[in-house]
Amino acid sequence: MARIVGGVTTSHIPAIGNAMTEGLENTPYWKRFFDGYEPVKRWLEDVKPDIALVVYNDHGLNFFLNNIPTFAIGCADRYDNADEGWGLKTLASFEGDAQFSWHIAESLVEQHFDIATCQEMLVDHGFVIPMALMWRHLPKWPVKVIPFAVNTVQHPIPTARRCYQLGKALRKAIDSYPEDLKVVIFGTGGMSHQLQGERAGLINVDYDLKTMESVISDPEWLARQTTSEIIENAGTEGVEIIMWLVMRGALDDQVKVVHKHYHTPISNTGAGVLVLQNAA
Amino acid sequence: MVWRKHDYDKIPGTYVFDGKHAHSAYNLNKLLFSFNSEENRREFARDKAAYADKYGLTPEQKKALLEDDFLGLLRMGANIYYLAKLCVPRGFTVQHAGAAFQGITPDEFKAKLAQKGEGLIEKLERVGGYWNG
Repeated sequence: MARIVGGVTTSHIPAIGNAMTEGLENTPYWKRFFDGYEPVKRWLEDVKPDIALVVYNDHGLNFFLNNIPTFAIGCADRYDNADEGWGLKTLASFEGDAQFSWHIAESLVEQHFDIATCQEMLVDHGFVIPMALMWRHLPKWPVKVIPFAVNTVQHPIPTARRCYQLGKALRKAIDSYPEDLKVVIFGTGGMSHQLQGERAGLINVDYDLKTMESVISDPEWLARQTTSEIIENAGTEGVEIIMWLVMRGALDDQVKVVHKHYHTPISNTGAGVLVLQNAA
Repeated sequence: MVWRKHDYDKIPGTYVFDGKHAHSAYNLNKLLFSFNSEENRREFARDKAAYADKYGLTPEQKKALLEDDFLGLLRMGANIYYLAKLCVPRGFTVQHAGAAFQGITPDEFKAKLAQKGEGLIEKLERVGGYWNG
Protein backbone atom coordinates (compact mmCIF):
# COMPACT_ATOMS: atom_id res chain seq x y z
CA MET A 1 0.00 0.00 0.00
CA ALA A 2 1.04 3.59 -0.50
CA ARG A 3 2.06 5.40 2.65
CA ILE A 4 3.02 8.91 3.68
CA VAL A 5 6.61 9.19 4.87
CA GLY A 6 6.20 12.79 5.98
CA GLY A 7 5.28 16.35 5.18
CA VAL A 8 7.45 19.31 4.27
CA THR A 9 6.55 23.00 4.22
CA THR A 10 8.37 25.65 2.24
CA SER A 11 7.96 29.06 0.67
CA HIS A 12 7.90 29.15 -3.10
CA ILE A 13 8.51 32.79 -3.99
CA PRO A 14 10.21 33.60 -7.33
CA ALA A 15 13.14 35.38 -5.67
CA ILE A 16 14.30 31.96 -4.40
CA GLY A 17 14.29 30.68 -7.99
CA ASN A 18 16.34 33.61 -9.20
CA ALA A 19 18.80 33.21 -6.33
CA MET A 20 19.31 29.53 -7.27
CA THR A 21 19.71 30.36 -10.97
CA GLU A 22 22.28 33.03 -10.17
CA GLY A 23 24.09 30.81 -7.63
CA LEU A 24 23.60 33.23 -4.74
CA GLU A 25 23.09 30.54 -2.09
CA ASN A 26 26.24 31.41 -0.16
CA THR A 27 25.92 35.18 -0.26
CA PRO A 28 25.26 36.87 3.09
CA TYR A 29 21.66 37.71 2.19
CA TRP A 30 20.70 34.13 1.27
CA LYS A 31 23.04 31.82 3.18
CA ARG A 32 21.01 31.30 6.34
CA PHE A 33 17.85 30.71 4.31
CA PHE A 34 19.40 28.08 2.02
CA ASP A 35 21.51 26.40 4.73
CA GLY A 36 18.27 25.66 6.54
CA TYR A 37 17.29 23.33 3.69
CA GLU A 38 20.31 21.04 4.04
CA PRO A 39 18.66 18.95 6.82
CA VAL A 40 15.55 18.65 4.62
CA LYS A 41 17.65 17.35 1.74
CA ARG A 42 19.37 14.84 4.03
CA TRP A 43 16.00 13.65 5.38
CA LEU A 44 14.69 13.17 1.82
CA GLU A 45 17.85 11.23 1.01
CA ASP A 46 17.10 8.96 4.01
CA VAL A 47 13.40 8.35 3.42
CA LYS A 48 13.72 8.13 -0.39
CA PRO A 49 10.16 8.99 -1.40
CA ASP A 50 8.80 7.66 -4.70
CA ILE A 51 6.17 10.36 -5.09
CA ALA A 52 6.02 14.05 -4.18
CA LEU A 53 2.51 15.39 -3.91
CA VAL A 54 3.00 19.14 -4.13
CA VAL A 55 0.25 21.39 -2.81
CA TYR A 56 0.70 24.81 -4.40
CA ASN A 57 -1.19 27.61 -6.08
CA ASP A 58 -0.97 28.63 -9.70
CA HIS A 59 -0.17 32.33 -10.11
CA GLY A 60 -1.47 32.74 -13.66
CA LEU A 61 0.39 30.23 -15.80
CA ASN A 62 -1.93 27.25 -16.19
CA PHE A 63 -5.15 28.86 -15.02
CA PHE A 64 -6.56 32.19 -16.19
CA LEU A 65 -9.54 33.98 -14.67
CA ASN A 66 -11.91 32.47 -17.22
CA ASN A 67 -11.70 29.22 -15.30
CA ILE A 68 -10.36 28.98 -11.76
CA PRO A 69 -10.88 25.67 -9.98
CA THR A 70 -10.86 25.79 -6.19
CA PHE A 71 -8.97 22.50 -6.04
CA ALA A 72 -7.33 20.80 -9.03
CA ILE A 73 -5.15 17.73 -9.42
CA GLY A 74 -2.78 16.91 -12.25
CA CYS A 75 -3.66 13.55 -13.84
CA ALA A 76 -0.90 13.26 -16.42
CA ASP A 77 2.30 11.34 -17.08
CA ARG A 78 4.28 14.54 -17.55
CA TYR A 79 4.17 18.15 -16.41
CA ASP A 80 6.03 21.03 -18.00
CA ASN A 81 7.25 24.27 -16.52
CA ALA A 82 6.96 27.32 -18.84
CA ASP A 83 7.57 31.04 -19.21
CA GLU A 84 5.29 32.85 -16.80
CA GLY A 85 6.54 36.30 -17.67
CA TRP A 86 8.64 36.67 -14.52
CA GLY A 87 12.04 36.06 -16.06
CA LEU A 88 12.50 32.74 -14.28
CA LYS A 89 14.56 29.96 -15.83
CA THR A 90 12.32 27.20 -17.18
CA LEU A 91 13.13 23.94 -15.40
CA ALA A 92 13.14 20.35 -16.69
CA SER A 93 9.81 18.56 -17.03
CA PHE A 94 8.45 16.32 -14.27
CA GLU A 95 7.29 12.73 -14.53
CA GLY A 96 3.75 12.10 -13.27
CA ASP A 97 1.89 9.01 -12.08
CA ALA A 98 -1.48 9.25 -13.82
CA GLN A 99 -2.94 6.11 -12.23
CA PHE A 100 -2.16 7.32 -8.73
CA SER A 101 -3.54 10.78 -9.56
CA TRP A 102 -6.81 9.36 -10.87
CA HIS A 103 -7.11 7.13 -7.79
CA ILE A 104 -6.74 10.20 -5.58
CA ALA A 105 -9.30 12.13 -7.64
CA GLU A 106 -11.81 9.28 -7.35
CA SER A 107 -11.23 8.83 -3.65
CA LEU A 108 -11.58 12.57 -2.96
CA VAL A 109 -14.84 12.75 -4.89
CA GLU A 110 -16.13 9.72 -2.97
CA GLN A 111 -15.30 11.71 0.17
CA HIS A 112 -17.26 14.69 -1.23
CA PHE A 113 -14.28 16.81 -2.32
CA ASP A 114 -15.27 17.52 -5.92
CA ILE A 115 -11.86 18.21 -7.37
CA ALA A 116 -11.07 19.32 -10.93
CA THR A 117 -8.86 16.95 -12.96
CA CYS A 118 -6.22 18.21 -15.41
CA GLN A 119 -4.71 16.01 -18.10
CA GLU A 120 -2.48 18.87 -19.15
CA MET A 121 -1.11 21.17 -16.52
CA LEU A 122 1.72 23.65 -16.73
CA VAL A 123 3.39 23.99 -13.35
CA ASP A 124 4.61 27.44 -12.30
CA HIS A 125 7.09 28.72 -9.71
CA GLY A 126 4.76 27.68 -6.89
CA PHE A 127 5.47 24.07 -7.84
CA VAL A 128 8.94 24.12 -9.34
CA ILE A 129 10.77 26.20 -6.72
CA PRO A 130 10.05 23.69 -3.93
CA MET A 131 11.21 20.89 -6.26
CA ALA A 132 14.41 22.78 -7.06
CA LEU A 133 15.03 23.61 -3.38
CA MET A 134 14.99 19.90 -2.55
CA TRP A 135 16.61 18.29 -5.57
CA ARG A 136 18.47 20.71 -7.84
CA HIS A 137 21.77 19.05 -6.86
CA LEU A 138 20.70 15.85 -8.65
CA PRO A 139 20.99 15.24 -12.41
CA LYS A 140 17.27 14.46 -12.64
CA TRP A 141 14.19 14.68 -10.44
CA PRO A 142 14.31 11.58 -8.20
CA VAL A 143 10.52 11.34 -7.67
CA LYS A 144 7.34 11.24 -9.67
CA VAL A 145 5.03 14.12 -8.90
CA ILE A 146 1.38 14.87 -8.33
CA PRO A 147 0.65 18.60 -8.68
CA PHE A 148 -2.20 19.64 -6.42
CA ALA A 149 -3.40 23.19 -7.03
CA VAL A 150 -5.38 25.22 -4.48
CA ASN A 151 -6.89 28.54 -5.54
CA THR A 152 -5.42 31.26 -3.34
CA VAL A 153 -5.55 33.96 -6.02
CA GLN A 154 -9.16 34.62 -7.02
CA HIS A 155 -11.36 35.16 -3.99
CA PRO A 156 -13.45 33.48 -2.70
CA ILE A 157 -10.67 31.05 -1.84
CA PRO A 158 -11.26 27.91 0.24
CA THR A 159 -11.25 28.38 4.00
CA ALA A 160 -8.39 27.23 6.17
CA ARG A 161 -10.69 24.60 7.69
CA ARG A 162 -11.63 23.24 4.28
CA CYS A 163 -7.96 22.84 3.43
CA TYR A 164 -7.35 20.98 6.68
CA GLN A 165 -10.31 18.67 5.98
CA LEU A 166 -9.06 18.14 2.44
CA GLY A 167 -5.75 16.97 3.86
CA LYS A 168 -7.54 14.36 5.95
CA ALA A 169 -9.38 13.11 2.86
CA LEU A 170 -6.11 13.06 0.95
CA ARG A 171 -4.64 10.83 3.66
CA LYS A 172 -7.43 8.29 3.12
CA ALA A 173 -6.92 8.50 -0.63
CA ILE A 174 -3.19 7.81 -0.35
CA ASP A 175 -3.55 5.08 2.26
CA SER A 176 -6.02 3.22 0.04
CA TYR A 177 -3.78 3.06 -3.05
CA PRO A 178 -2.68 -0.57 -3.55
CA GLU A 179 0.84 0.03 -4.89
CA ASP A 180 3.76 0.12 -2.42
CA LEU A 181 4.82 3.74 -2.77
CA LYS A 182 6.38 6.18 -0.36
CA VAL A 183 4.75 9.59 -0.58
CA VAL A 184 6.02 12.92 0.68
CA ILE A 185 3.58 15.85 0.78
CA PHE A 186 4.79 19.40 0.28
CA GLY A 187 2.67 22.21 1.67
CA THR A 188 4.03 25.27 -0.10
CA GLY A 189 3.57 29.04 -0.02
CA GLY A 190 3.63 31.76 2.59
CA MET A 191 4.60 32.72 5.07
CA SER A 192 3.51 36.29 5.76
CA HIS A 193 3.83 38.64 2.83
CA GLN A 194 1.83 41.27 1.03
CA LEU A 195 2.98 42.35 -2.40
CA GLN A 196 0.15 44.73 -3.19
CA GLY A 197 -1.21 48.08 -2.10
CA GLU A 198 0.04 50.66 0.35
CA ARG A 199 0.33 47.83 2.89
CA ALA A 200 2.94 46.05 0.71
CA GLY A 201 5.98 44.87 2.62
CA LEU A 202 4.04 43.43 5.53
CA ILE A 203 5.97 40.67 7.29
CA ASN A 204 4.54 39.46 10.60
CA VAL A 205 7.20 37.39 12.36
CA ASP A 206 5.16 36.81 15.52
CA TYR A 207 2.21 35.50 13.55
CA ASP A 208 4.47 33.32 11.41
CA LEU A 209 6.05 31.73 14.48
CA LYS A 210 2.62 31.10 16.00
CA THR A 211 1.60 29.52 12.69
CA MET A 212 4.65 27.24 12.72
CA GLU A 213 3.77 25.96 16.22
CA SER A 214 0.12 25.63 15.24
CA VAL A 215 0.92 23.52 12.19
CA ILE A 216 3.02 21.25 14.40
CA SER A 217 0.81 20.75 17.43
CA ASP A 218 -2.44 22.70 17.18
CA PRO A 219 -3.72 22.91 13.57
CA GLU A 220 -7.11 23.99 14.95
CA TRP A 221 -5.64 27.42 15.78
CA LEU A 222 -5.06 28.12 12.10
CA ALA A 223 -8.00 26.10 10.78
CA ARG A 224 -10.55 28.19 12.69
CA GLN A 225 -9.32 31.51 11.29
CA THR A 226 -11.33 33.24 8.58
CA THR A 227 -9.77 34.34 5.31
CA SER A 228 -10.10 37.97 6.48
CA GLU A 229 -8.27 37.20 9.72
CA ILE A 230 -5.43 35.48 7.87
CA ILE A 231 -5.14 38.37 5.39
CA GLU A 232 -5.06 40.85 8.26
CA ASN A 233 -2.21 38.99 9.97
CA ALA A 234 -0.27 37.36 7.13
CA GLY A 235 -1.05 39.70 4.23
CA THR A 236 -2.97 39.18 1.00
CA GLU A 237 -0.37 36.81 -0.45
CA GLY A 238 0.35 35.26 2.95
CA VAL A 239 -3.04 33.51 2.72
CA GLU A 240 -1.12 30.83 0.86
CA ILE A 241 -0.43 29.44 4.33
CA ILE A 242 -3.76 27.61 4.14
CA MET A 243 -2.00 25.12 1.85
CA TRP A 244 0.18 24.02 4.75
CA LEU A 245 -3.01 22.74 6.36
CA VAL A 246 -3.62 20.39 3.42
CA MET A 247 -0.23 18.81 4.16
CA ARG A 248 -0.90 18.81 7.91
CA GLY A 249 -4.32 17.20 7.55
CA ALA A 250 -2.72 14.28 5.72
CA LEU A 251 -0.51 13.47 8.73
CA ASP A 252 -1.47 11.91 12.07
CA ASP A 253 -2.86 14.16 14.81
CA GLN A 254 0.45 13.74 16.65
CA VAL A 255 3.60 14.42 14.68
CA LYS A 256 7.32 14.41 15.30
CA VAL A 257 9.30 17.49 14.24
CA VAL A 258 12.32 16.44 12.21
CA HIS A 259 13.32 19.99 11.28
CA LYS A 260 12.13 23.53 11.95
CA HIS A 261 13.60 26.58 10.25
CA TYR A 262 12.51 30.18 9.81
CA HIS A 263 14.16 33.09 8.11
CA THR A 264 13.16 36.60 7.11
CA PRO A 265 13.22 38.66 5.03
CA ILE A 266 13.67 36.78 1.81
CA SER A 267 12.55 39.29 -0.75
CA ASN A 268 9.22 40.44 0.76
CA THR A 269 8.51 37.29 2.72
CA GLY A 270 8.79 35.34 5.93
CA ALA A 271 10.06 31.86 5.04
CA GLY A 272 9.24 28.82 7.15
CA VAL A 273 10.44 25.24 6.70
CA LEU A 274 9.08 22.20 8.52
CA VAL A 275 9.74 18.50 8.15
CA LEU A 276 7.11 16.50 10.01
CA GLN A 277 6.67 12.76 10.40
CA ASN A 278 3.85 10.77 11.91
CA ALA A 279 4.68 10.20 15.58
CA ALA A 280 3.84 6.51 15.64
CA MET B 1 -27.17 44.58 -7.90
CA VAL B 2 -24.76 45.09 -5.02
CA TRP B 3 -21.30 43.82 -4.22
CA ARG B 4 -21.17 41.88 -1.01
CA LYS B 5 -19.15 43.45 1.84
CA HIS B 6 -16.33 41.65 3.62
CA ASP B 7 -14.34 42.04 6.83
CA TYR B 8 -11.18 42.35 4.72
CA ASP B 9 -12.58 45.49 3.02
CA LYS B 10 -11.62 47.39 6.19
CA ILE B 11 -7.92 46.48 6.06
CA PRO B 12 -6.12 49.65 4.93
CA GLY B 13 -3.96 49.72 1.80
CA THR B 14 -5.23 46.31 0.72
CA TYR B 15 -7.13 45.31 -2.43
CA VAL B 16 -8.31 41.74 -2.07
CA PHE B 17 -8.76 40.23 -5.51
CA ASP B 18 -12.40 39.22 -5.27
CA GLY B 19 -15.27 39.32 -7.73
CA LYS B 20 -15.71 43.05 -7.34
CA HIS B 21 -12.11 43.74 -8.36
CA ALA B 22 -11.87 41.00 -10.96
CA HIS B 23 -15.13 41.74 -12.73
CA SER B 24 -14.42 45.22 -14.07
CA ALA B 25 -10.78 44.40 -14.82
CA TYR B 26 -11.23 41.21 -16.80
CA ASN B 27 -9.80 42.68 -20.01
CA LEU B 28 -6.98 44.37 -18.14
CA ASN B 29 -6.00 41.09 -16.47
CA LYS B 30 -6.33 39.29 -19.78
CA LEU B 31 -3.82 41.73 -21.26
CA LEU B 32 -1.45 41.21 -18.33
CA PHE B 33 -1.85 37.42 -18.55
CA SER B 34 -0.84 37.60 -22.23
CA PHE B 35 2.66 38.61 -21.09
CA ASN B 36 3.38 34.93 -20.39
CA SER B 37 4.39 34.96 -24.06
CA GLU B 38 7.64 36.58 -25.14
CA GLU B 39 6.07 37.41 -28.48
CA ASN B 40 3.28 39.33 -26.76
CA ARG B 41 5.74 41.16 -24.52
CA ARG B 42 7.57 42.31 -27.63
CA GLU B 43 4.36 43.36 -29.35
CA PHE B 44 3.41 45.42 -26.29
CA ALA B 45 6.85 47.07 -26.21
CA ARG B 46 6.52 48.06 -29.87
CA ASP B 47 3.18 49.88 -29.45
CA LYS B 48 1.69 49.96 -25.97
CA ALA B 49 -1.36 52.02 -26.88
CA ALA B 50 -2.32 49.71 -29.74
CA TYR B 51 -1.87 46.71 -27.45
CA ALA B 52 -4.19 48.28 -24.86
CA ASP B 53 -6.80 48.91 -27.56
CA LYS B 54 -6.51 45.35 -28.83
CA TYR B 55 -7.57 44.10 -25.39
CA GLY B 56 -10.38 46.63 -25.06
CA LEU B 57 -9.07 48.52 -22.04
CA THR B 58 -11.10 51.46 -20.73
CA PRO B 59 -9.52 54.92 -21.19
CA GLU B 60 -8.64 54.99 -17.46
CA GLN B 61 -7.03 51.55 -17.56
CA LYS B 62 -5.13 52.44 -20.72
CA LYS B 63 -3.81 55.68 -19.20
CA ALA B 64 -2.61 53.89 -16.07
CA LEU B 65 -0.99 51.16 -18.16
CA LEU B 66 0.90 53.62 -20.38
CA GLU B 67 2.05 55.63 -17.36
CA ASP B 68 3.22 52.57 -15.33
CA ASP B 69 0.78 53.68 -12.64
CA PHE B 70 0.94 50.44 -10.64
CA LEU B 71 -1.23 51.65 -7.77
CA GLY B 72 -3.83 52.93 -10.22
CA LEU B 73 -3.88 49.60 -12.04
CA LEU B 74 -4.18 47.74 -8.75
CA ARG B 75 -7.08 49.93 -7.63
CA MET B 76 -8.78 49.33 -10.96
CA GLY B 77 -8.62 45.59 -10.37
CA ALA B 78 -5.31 44.36 -11.75
CA ASN B 79 -4.27 41.19 -9.99
CA ILE B 80 -0.87 41.56 -8.34
CA TYR B 81 0.54 38.35 -9.84
CA TYR B 82 -0.58 39.43 -13.29
CA LEU B 83 0.73 42.93 -12.70
CA ALA B 84 4.12 41.36 -12.01
CA LYS B 85 4.11 40.04 -15.58
CA LEU B 86 4.11 43.69 -16.66
CA CYS B 87 6.75 44.79 -14.15
CA VAL B 88 9.37 42.07 -13.94
CA PRO B 89 10.31 41.64 -17.63
CA ARG B 90 10.99 45.38 -17.75
CA GLY B 91 13.32 45.35 -14.77
CA PHE B 92 10.91 46.32 -12.00
CA THR B 93 10.99 43.84 -9.12
CA VAL B 94 8.21 43.31 -6.60
CA GLN B 95 10.19 45.65 -4.37
CA HIS B 96 10.00 48.38 -6.99
CA ALA B 97 6.26 47.84 -7.20
CA GLY B 98 5.94 47.85 -3.40
CA ALA B 99 7.91 51.10 -3.25
CA ALA B 100 5.69 52.61 -5.94
CA PHE B 101 2.56 51.61 -3.99
CA GLN B 102 3.92 53.48 -0.97
CA GLY B 103 5.46 56.41 -2.81
CA ILE B 104 8.97 55.69 -1.49
CA THR B 105 12.20 54.62 -3.21
CA PRO B 106 13.05 50.91 -3.71
CA ASP B 107 16.01 51.32 -1.34
CA GLU B 108 13.74 52.75 1.35
CA PHE B 109 11.33 49.87 0.80
CA LYS B 110 14.13 47.29 1.06
CA ALA B 111 15.40 48.94 4.26
CA LYS B 112 11.94 48.57 5.78
CA LEU B 113 11.93 44.89 4.84
CA ALA B 114 15.38 44.36 6.32
CA GLN B 115 14.13 45.76 9.65
CA LYS B 116 11.67 42.87 9.87
CA GLY B 117 14.59 40.51 10.40
CA GLU B 118 15.99 42.43 13.37
CA GLY B 119 16.05 40.43 16.59
CA LEU B 120 15.00 37.30 14.72
CA ILE B 121 17.43 34.87 16.33
CA GLU B 122 16.37 35.98 19.83
CA LYS B 123 12.73 35.46 18.92
CA LEU B 124 13.46 31.99 17.55
CA GLU B 125 15.38 31.10 20.69
CA ARG B 126 12.45 32.20 22.85
CA VAL B 127 10.13 29.82 20.99
CA GLY B 128 12.77 27.08 20.86
CA GLY B 129 13.55 24.15 18.63
CA TYR B 130 14.68 26.14 15.59
CA TRP B 131 17.59 25.15 13.42
CA ASN B 132 20.27 27.81 13.41
CA GLY B 133 23.23 26.34 11.55
